[in-house]
Amino acid sequence: MIVELGHFALILAFCLALAQAFFGLGGAALRKPHWMVVTRRAVAGQFVMTLCAFLSLAYAFNVNDFSVLYVALNSNSQLPTFYRFAAIWGAHEGSLLLWLLILSIWTVAVAARGTHVPQITISRVLGVLGFISVGFASFILLTSSPFERLWPAALDGRDLNPLLQDPALAIHPPMLYTGWCGFSVPFAFAVAAMLEGKLDSTWARWVRPWTLVAWLILTIGIALGSWWAYYELGWGGWWFWDSVENASFMPWLIGTALIHSLAVTEKRGLFKSWTLLLAIAAFSLSLLGTFLVRSGIIESVHAFASDPGRGLFILVFMGSCVGGALGLYAWRASLFRSNAGFAVVSRESFLLMNNVLLVAATGLILLGTLYPVFLDALKAGKISVGPPYFSVAFLIPMLPMIFLLTLGMHAEWKRATFNRTRTLLVAAFVAAVVIALILSLAVYEWHSLLTAVGLIAAFAVALSALIEPVTRLRQGHSLSAGVLGMSVAHFGLAIFVLGVTTVESWHHDSDISLRPGQSTQLAGYDFRMNSIRDVTGPNYDAIESEVVISRAGKQVAVVHPQKRTYRVQNSPLTEAGIDAGWGRDLFVAMGEPLGDGAWSLRLQYKPLVRFIWLGALVMAIGGLIAASDRRYRQRVTADAAVRARHAETV
Amino acid sequence: MTPRQRRMALVAVVLLTVGGAVGFALKAFQDNVQYFFSPSDVSAGKAPAGRAFRVGGMVTQGSFKRATGSMEARFVLTDFSNDVTVSYTGVLPDLFREGQGVIARGKLDGNLFVAEEVLAKHDENYMPPDVADMLKKKHEKPTGTPTSTTAMTQPAG
Repeated sequence: MIVELGHFALILAFCLALAQAFFGLGGAALRKPHWMVVTRRAVAGQFVMTLCAFLSLAYAFNVNDFSVLYVALNSNSQLPTFYRFAAIWGAHEGSLLLWLLILSIWTVAVAARGTHVPQITISRVLGVLGFISVGFASFILLTSSPFERLWPAALDGRDLNPLLQDPALAIHPPMLYTGWCGFSVPFAFAVAAMLEGKLDSTWARWVRPWTLVAWLILTIGIALGSWWAYYELGWGGWWFWDSVENASFMPWLIGTALIHSLAVTEKRGLFKSWTLLLAIAAFSLSLLGTFLVRSGIIESVHAFASDPGRGLFILVFMGSCVGGALGLYAWRASLFRSNAGFAVVSRESFLLMNNVLLVAATGLILLGTLYPVFLDALKAGKISVGPPYFSVAFLIPMLPMIFLLTLGMHAEWKRATFNRTRTLLVAAFVAAVVIALILSLAVYEWHSLLTAVGLIAAFAVALSALIEPVTRLRQGHSLSAGVLGMSVAHFGLAIFVLGVTTVESWHHDSDISLRPGQSTQLAGYDFRMNSIRDVTGPNYDAIESEVVISRAGKQVAVVHPQKRTYRVQNSPLTEAGIDAGWGRDLFVAMGEPLGDGAWSLRLQYKPLVRFIWLGALVMAIGGLIAASDRRYRQRVTADAAVRARHAETV
Repeated sequence: MTPRQRRMALVAVVLLTVGGAVGFALKAFQDNVQYFFSPSDVSAGKAPAGRAFRVGGMVTQGSFKRATGSMEARFVLTDFSNDVTVSYTGVLPDLFREGQGVIARGKLDGNLFVAEEVLAKHDENYMPPDVADMLKKKHEKPTGTPTSTTAMTQPAG
């Protein structure tokens, strides 16, 4: 009964989303204030109904209602309660319901926080968001309802995929969806601006905090996925250039470009049409990600539940969103000419370079991701593009970008002189070279020129990011949240680059066969397999080995890697034993029995690998600080107030 | 230099840089494109020698061999018309098993395919789409081809 109520609530949510789209866009076009008020009511109603639908599914999972097909396929009575909740988004149908819920949360937030935005603009924004909700709600209702009954009911469920029974992965999809969905807000604002034919600094100030929040959540979501892959899936790798990883990463890159382009639009009123294009692109790539993951056209660890009909629906929906927005852009772009100029060396130029390089990197990743798909669709042969392509293609635009960043942070608007910061920048660069060489030659062994360049880039950005906050604080000036956030985010990037360069240059790994009592050496550490025993978990059985790691005769760590077999699905899973540390991770994973008591083991030494995720976290914190800047909380400006009054009287 | 010449010089520098970067990227692309071949293609000599490619098929029952305590494994991949013997040194994926569809990436060394990587999907009944397609064409239906029911039971990540 509860489940049917949930289904009914979802249908109501769909109807309310229709109303939201119709009254929002129509009310703004016809200047009808009453319609705009209805839009807000519809937003609230849609949220409540979607929440009811979601909670009813959560209830079905919680009480183990295996007469619901989706529950029977993705849960089990032995599954711990926490994972019974996480199992809601363990597969396609529930993921989409979560997506819709998150979208309606964003919509409510825009309606609630957007009180300083003229009503007519906010009405258009809510209308566009309503249109997107209509798309997703009808997608769920027509092709992938999680509320379908199973008759007769299953005695027990088929269990959640063991890979997904992990705390990091339980929160990874919601974070990712929140980030992806969040880009629908700048998209909606972009469409609203194009419909209105007006885009100014105030508009950029409305959009920036939303973009920042979506971006920072996506940053955390991607980092969580990478961390999970590292210890659960990837045998110690942290990024695989897997199609679905790429799908999550491309919106992030474009989102990063959008944040920087918005800075120029806000401060100088430039790059307007470019900003609009980026806002459209960020959301389009988020939709493309959904399409790639859900249509099953790409081969990937993530591409599980696939159905061509679903793929077609998303393709049509994506086509109408993106095509509509681009059509509108082609029609309206001429209204957004900017006439202010800037010198070749200026903050504007640096930010332009940032945008060009980020878009180039996205384009190259898109090429590698979609080319095999097109070739396959044309029946021209089956190929795959190896990860080395992505590494090279990504590095070509990104390395120059990171070096330009050290200067760009301090370039003045209009015409950069670097008068104030020249000495400090030179000092920072010299220091970066010295530190990089010390690390390259004394701490580790010389690896390659590229490694040294990567380290120089990391330290140059880190030191350059410190210049502004440190000098301002020493001179007793205050520091705006915007500048502080920028510095922190760039410092996070430096930490990330340091981690990536170090781990990629100086990691050691080996696959080896060990018997209890035997030991082996790796990167100066001694790995000794002590014992092998059977253990029993709540819903799995496992073989666990004890590996003692020591260095120069002194015990460093004891790890317990496991080979688990989950009872319901009878599927094996490797649970790595990791000794984590700031300086390095030591990683032991069990392979398979080789007979005669021997096991194959994968041993890894990963220097500074934690810096990769730490860097991402610091970037996200920088985004949060920047989004909290006071200027985004200003009340209605005089100009906007006039327009709002105008809208209400018409 | 006149302003015009300076502008042209700037354009030339930008074009050269962008051109060089695109050249490097495309070279990397070309080097890393890996083609997929069936065991029949490999037997027919269609696969390139000295270049990495991927081969997919079912692991023949009873073909898996490994000397006790050794890390090198050998097994036979089949498309039910022809076979390829694969050698792999290292830890095999969790779901590698005889009778499963797998994909191996590596190079040919004479008649032996030396794999650098072996991929098996994280699902009991999973068949990589490339392998399933290929086996379908071979008119002999293997056990474990994905059906609509298995597609439904596979959770998404």
